Parts: sequence; C-alpha cells; structure tokens
Amino acid sequence: MTLPLYGTASQSAGFSSDKARSVLRLRSVDSAAERHVADFALARTPADIRRAIEADWPSILVVSDGSTDLPGQFTGQLVAVSPKYDYLADGDVIGFDHVSRKFRTLYRRNSAHNSFLVTERCNNYCLMCSQPPKDVDDRWILSEIKESLPLVDPATRGLTFTGGETLSDWEDFIAVLKECRDWLPETAIQVLTNGRAFADSRIVDAWKEIGHPNLMAAIPVYSAVDHVHDHVVQAKGAFDETILGILKLKDRGQRVEIRVVLHALTAPIIEDTGRWLARNVPFVDHVALMGLENTGFAIANDAMLWMDPVDYGDGLARAVDYLSAAGINVSVYNLPKCVLPKSVWPHALQSISDWKNGFVEECDGCDEKNACSGFFTTGRPRFSRGIRAITS
Amino acid sequence: MARFLSPETFRTATEDLSLLPFNFERTGANQYLVANMVGDFIRLTEDELSRLVDLRVRPGDGLYEKAYAAHLVSGANQKAQRQLLAARLRSRMSFLQQSTPLHIFVVTLRCEHSCPYCQVSRQSTDRSRFDMSEETAMRALDIAFASPTSRIKIEFQGGEPLLNFPLIRKIVAAAKQRSGKKLDFVIASNLALLDDAVLEFCKENNVLLSTSLDGPADLHNKNRPRPGANSHELAVAGIRRAREVLGPDWVGALMTTTEASLDRVDEIIDEYLQLGLDGIFLRPLSPFGFAIKTKQFAKYDAQKWLAFYERGLRRVLEINRQGTPFREFYATLLLTRMLSDRPIGYVDLRSPAGAGLGALVYNYDGSVFASDEGRMLAETGDDAFRLGHVERDSYNSLILSDKLIGAISSSLTQCAPECSTCVYESHCGADPVYHHATQGDALGIKPLSAFCARQKGIMGLLLDILENSPEDAAILRRWAAA
Repeated sequence: MTLPLYGTASQSAGFSSDKARSVLRLRSVDSAAERHVADFALARTPADIRRAIEADWPSILVVSDGSTDLPGQFTGQLVAVSPKYDYLADGDVIGFDHVSRKFRTLYRRNSAHNSFLVTERCNNYCLMCSQPPKDVDDRWILSEIKESLPLVDPATRGLTFTGGETLSDWEDFIAVLKECRDWLPETAIQVLTNGRAFADSRIVDAWKEIGHPNLMAAIPVYSAVDHVHDHVVQAKGAFDETILGILKLKDRGQRVEIRVVLHALTAPIIEDTGRWLARNVPFVDHVALMGLENTGFAIANDAMLWMDPVDYGDGLARAVDYLSAAGINVSVYNLPKCVLPKSVWPHALQSISDWKNGFVEECDGCDEKNACSGFFTTGRPRFSRGIRAITS
Repeated sequence: MARFLSPETFRTATEDLSLLPFNFERTGANQYLVANMVGDFIRLTEDELSRLVDLRVRPGDGLYEKAYAAHLVSGANQKAQRQLLAARLRSRMSFLQQSTPLHIFVVTLRCEHSCPYCQVSRQSTDRSRFDMSEETAMRALDIAFASPTSRIKIEFQGGEPLLNFPLIRKIVAAAKQRSGKKLDFVIASNLALLDDAVLEFCKENNVLLSTSLDGPADLHNKNRPRPGANSHELAVAGIRRAREVLGPDWVGALMTTTEASLDRVDEIIDEYLQLGLDGIFLRPLSPFGFAIKTKQFAKYDAQKWLAFYERGLRRVLEINRQGTPFREFYATLLLTRMLSDRPIGYVDLRSPAGAGLGALVYNYDGSVFASDEGRMLAETGDDAFRLGHVERDSYNSLILSDKLIGAISSSLTQCAPECSTCVYESHCGADPVYHHATQGDALGIKPLSAFCARQKGIMGLLLDILENSPEDAAILRRWAAA
C-alpha cells in the first residue's frame, strides 16, 4: 500500500562527475511544454524510447524491468528504474545521486500531499518522532530543494516543508521560502517546525520579511504545562520557547497552526490542553489534533505511548468543543471515524498522505469509508479495538 | 530506552518557581475561587491555596500542574506565560484605544409619557425651554467629532426625541456631511410617535431604533403611563412595524425592572419571545429613578433583584434547551469577558470608567455630562458629573476636566479597596456615578454597594452553571462565542 518514494536506479548514463547529484523533472514523451534543462522524457516501453529520441529528448527516464538498450546515436542522459516506480508521471520531480544511482521522489504533481524534507537535524528529540533526528551535515538537501522549486507546477495547491527542525539553518531555509514566494506564490506553504527558533526576534522578523501570501508555521504544543511538553519533546525549556515563538509570530500577523499528536502522554490531558489553547491562543489560525503514526521512535516507545483512541475519544470531543466555541478552526487528523465520537466527525479529515494511507478489511462494508482518514500503512500500524464498519 | 530522559529530568526545581499575581475568595468551608491576572477561574482547596502561596509546590504534585496551566505560578526564568498574560491583558483593555465612541444628544426633554421611574422628562409643551437648539446641536457635533476615535455612535434621547424630530434630521445630515469618522445612529424612543416619515428616514440613514418594553400590557402600562394608557400597544405595534420596514436587526428593546416586575420575569421574557426578539436585557432597578433611601435598602434590593435575575436567566436557558435561540444580554456581556479576551468597552462595566471616556451626554440646554445618569443627578440638583457646556468647552477641556479625572481616577477597580483584590475584578467595572449617587463618593464602600452585590451575584451564578450544568453551560458558551 505504501508508495516507494526512494530507491536505486537500475541503470544510468551520461551524468557528469563534476556534480554529485541532479534534480530531474519527468515529462511525457509527447509533452508540448517548454523544455527545461532538468526535464527527462518519461518512457515505459521501447516504443516510448524511440519516440523520445525522435522528438530530440536529450534526457530519458525509463520505467521498466530488465535492461534498457538505447540506440548508439543517443548520447544524452539516461536513468532506468524498476516498474515498482511506475506511479511516476508527467511533472514529477526526483533527486538523483550520480555515483550511487540512489534517487528520491521529491514531488508528485498529482498528489495533494507533497512535502520536502529540509533536514534531519533537530533540537527536539520527541518520544514519538516519525523521522528520528540525525546529527549529520545534510545542508545539501536545501540546495536540492532550491533546485527543485522552479520545476514544481505553480498550480500546486499545497506544499509542506518538514524535518528534522526546518529552521536548523534558518537563514538558508528562509532563503528557500523566498524562492517559494517567487516561484510558487499561489501555493499554500506549510512549514512544520517546533517553533523554538521564533523565540529569537531576528528569526521571526526574517520570517515576516518573506512575504509569501500563504505561508503557515505548523507548531506542536503537547500540554498546558511546561515539563509535560518538555518531556514529550525531550528538551528542557522547549515549552517556554515554543509558546513565546507562537506569540511573536502572531504579534507580527503571521499564520500559525498548532498541532497536538495524541498518545498516552498527551491524550489523557487533551481536554485540558484544548481548553488552555482556546483560552490563551484563540488567535491561532488552525488547531490540528492528530492520531499517532506508529513509526520511528513511536515504535521504540510503544509501551509508553500507545493508547487506544477509543479511550480518549470523550476528552478529544470536549477539547474540540472548547476550541470551536472559541472560534478556532479545529481539525482531527489521522483517526478513522469509527473510533471517534460522532460530534467530532465534522472535524475529522482525510489527512493521511496518499502514499501512506490504507484501509483494513473491516472498512469494505463501511458507509463512511470515502470520507475517512483510514490508517497509516507505514511503520508498525496499531489498530484500535473500536474499528468497525459504520452502517446506517 | 536509555537515550530518552525521564519525566523528572524536565521538572523545574521548587526554588526556581515564582508566583504570578492572582486574586481569590473563599466560596465554601474548604474551597476558594481563584482568578489569574486576566480573570481565568479555578477552584482550590484551602490546603492547596496555602501551599501555593507558600510555594510549597513541585512539578509532578498535581497542584503545580493546575496552577501552572492557570498562570498562577511560573518558572522564574521563563518568559512565555508573562508574555501571554501581557498580550491577553492588552487585548482585554484595548477598548481604551477608542476614546468616547458614544455621544448622546438629548434633543428634547419633553415627553408624552409620565413614567414614575424617569427623573428627566417634562410634560411641557414649551418648546423654547426644553428643546435643544440647532446651534447647541452643532456645537455638540464639533465636540463629538473632536473625539479621537475613528467611529462614533450618535444616540438621540429625551424626553421623547421624536418630539423634536426635525432636529434629529438636521444633526444626522450635518454629521454625514463632516468627513473623517464612521457613524452609527440610534434613536431611543418609546415609538408612540413612530410614523412612516420616521421609518423612511431611519431606513435611508441606517438609523437603529431602541425602545422600551417592560413586559406584558398591564405591567408595561403601569410602569409607563401616557394619556390613553396605550403605551404597550403603541410600543408593540412600533416594534412590529420597524422590524418589517427596517429589518429585524434594526430595532431593539430594553426593559426596566420595577418592584412590580419582580414576580413576573417569565411573563416579561415571554413578551420578548412572542415579538420575535432574539433576547432580553434584564436590567437592574435604577437608583436614579427610585428614591434612594438607605444603604441597607439598596442591599436588600440587590438580593431581591438577583432572585428575579436568576429566575429569568433560568427561564431563558429553558427556552434555549427547548430549541429556540434566545439570549440574556447582560449574561452575554459578562460571559464574553469571562470566557474570552475580546475588548468590551460597555460603558457601565469597565475600568477606567466609561464616564466621559466611553460616552458624553449633551443635554438639551447645552450642558455636557459624563453619563446619562449624571444628567439625571443634575435634575435633582447634583452637578457632580456636569463637565461643562458646549459653548464654553472643547472635547479636551471636558475630558481633562478635574471633575472627570477625579471621578475616574478615584474609582479604578485595579487599585480600589475591595475591588483590587476581588476575584471578579477582571470582569467588573467602575461605576463612579452610581456610587456617587448612592454613597456620595465616586469610589464607594463596596460591601455596601448594590452594584457590587449584583455583579458578584451574577458572576457567581454564571460560574455555577458553567461548572455544574453541562447542557446550560454549552448554551452560555455559545453566547460568549464570537
């Protein structure tokens, strides 16, 4: 069910050695769009390849099993990947490492859930992190993103930047967001950040300076109490910096979403957290209450974190009530409707990224399946005892 | 896993904690109501309160968590809570940025009603004596337009203002000719003289009508006598007609409670409901109309009124439970303050007081008062809130007059005895005119104040419902929602 977003090309040719990696955009062989130097014709059959060569494509990406033989006169760039990646389509962007032939799908034009990983470094170390941080020099990723942005379809509705802590190299990352302003002004840009950096007025001023018309900082708050939040994110002082950061962003008129991941440390107190958010920061633009993705550190800490959603549904419903009554736009992510009280349904969205979203057998007979988030297919999914088909 | 740290690692040591400001009041044998700097309430036991005050708390003991979430305690080196409180306080007090948004023009003192609770009307036909002159009106407009706020509301009062309708027309036209401010207009009328010409004028100029409706016909007509004893009939017909012509949002009604009302709150509410109005403002007995007898009488009065109010509020909640949205507007006002930080500059419920800073009253004869009640006091010979005269004064000289500054600065709830330590302070207000009228002092002794007794009584009642009656609490929360 999970789409493979990275892998190793079975073949490659024509890449120079003075550059370690390239960003490629795939185009239909017959595409009439203006060609960019990064564009590769997307070929699935020998006939596609022939037509690509006839159409003077200097670069071709082939999706096929077995080896690809190109006519001798073709001297351009070639990448071949296995049919596992046959979801690749016109307009998609991949990052390709010349020597190792490793590639990652960076952007899929047909997906509503595109996200760029900005860095794996983080100053938090959350107990349930789905993307466990690594202390490595990965600044090349930001260059790759800069190279990708001009290739992204400007009609893309939304784009997420995630990490790691996206503001780890804040000056470079803010430069990337300025590119988004220039290349993708119509796209809703969401940045997942722990918000601590915004406690520094220089950074929040620089953020304001970006001036993208639709930019949102999505910041987690796990509790109304400092040490509970700090324990979840494994960083003393984080709560103080995060809340200060949110205040400084809103003081400068910037858009903020608050995210609460629900697990055994946060879900039993979600009513208190919801009431606190409603009372103290009703000026935020959105609050997302999110089911846990059981992957990364969440698996290692399963004994500490797992809580069946049916056991926190009532508190969640009251939190949603408090937040709605304060006029806050509130959503519930990643939780199937069958485990939620009915009052929460209008807030429950199909939120799980298309490439890692799935259903179980029980869902086949459910009336609500088409309007349901379903389940993560990543990591080691844990299923609520409340899962059942909803029938009228 | 060893690389993850335990919860204890993240707990601030007790010696690094510090208290944030809060107020409290004993509400039971072993129970205290506690309010933080911006009026969020929690309940603590006596033991919990003592431990908190002595800072005998530590993260993980349950009390710390309760107190931290309520902004009663913070880490000495932390900033977020203090900034949060500052931001919230700034929002709550931001009504102060709009100085004098309300300007009341008493266009005539004449009235065809002879309500006993009114101290200001004259049933004279002597226009020259009791009507405002055009010259006075234009001078008053100069002052109104000199107030710093970008939007002003001009309210026409009386007497019965429709008895001097030509002047209303002139003032509205002149105000609209001046540029630089957004304008709202209200005519406070008994509607007895409402006709098509008035309605057409209101429609053309977006003028709101505000009228009096005291309840069922017998009660209303008893409170509000006029020749023909048909005040109720005319008011109801006027409300219906105005809703029809202007739209339902363009006419409002207010009730005045008299002793005759006290046993009849259900009927009063039903009267409003039947007229299709979306709520009722259960107002207290005014000390200006009723003879102010003794301080004890005022207190006794407050208790009787509170019983009336509670019966009324519960009836309104019942109506909502039965499926008809209908509000009690005083509760709505208080709940908005108790449950949100939206700035509420309601003239009678703010500190610094709304006298002058919230409203100025231009009397028919050109005298300027700090409030409508101040004008009523002057009718009985007390000029304490007469700030000046349109011919001799400017906006600045009125607002900076010793009388006004004295009344406002001496009545600030933020630093007044009893008020500054009151658990309800964040949601209350200073009422220097009321306290001057009842106690001869703008500040007043609060344990003797019926105003204070009413405020505490209603807020206590609202808290009780919010905490103990979930279905009604949901209704109350809806009233406070934006």
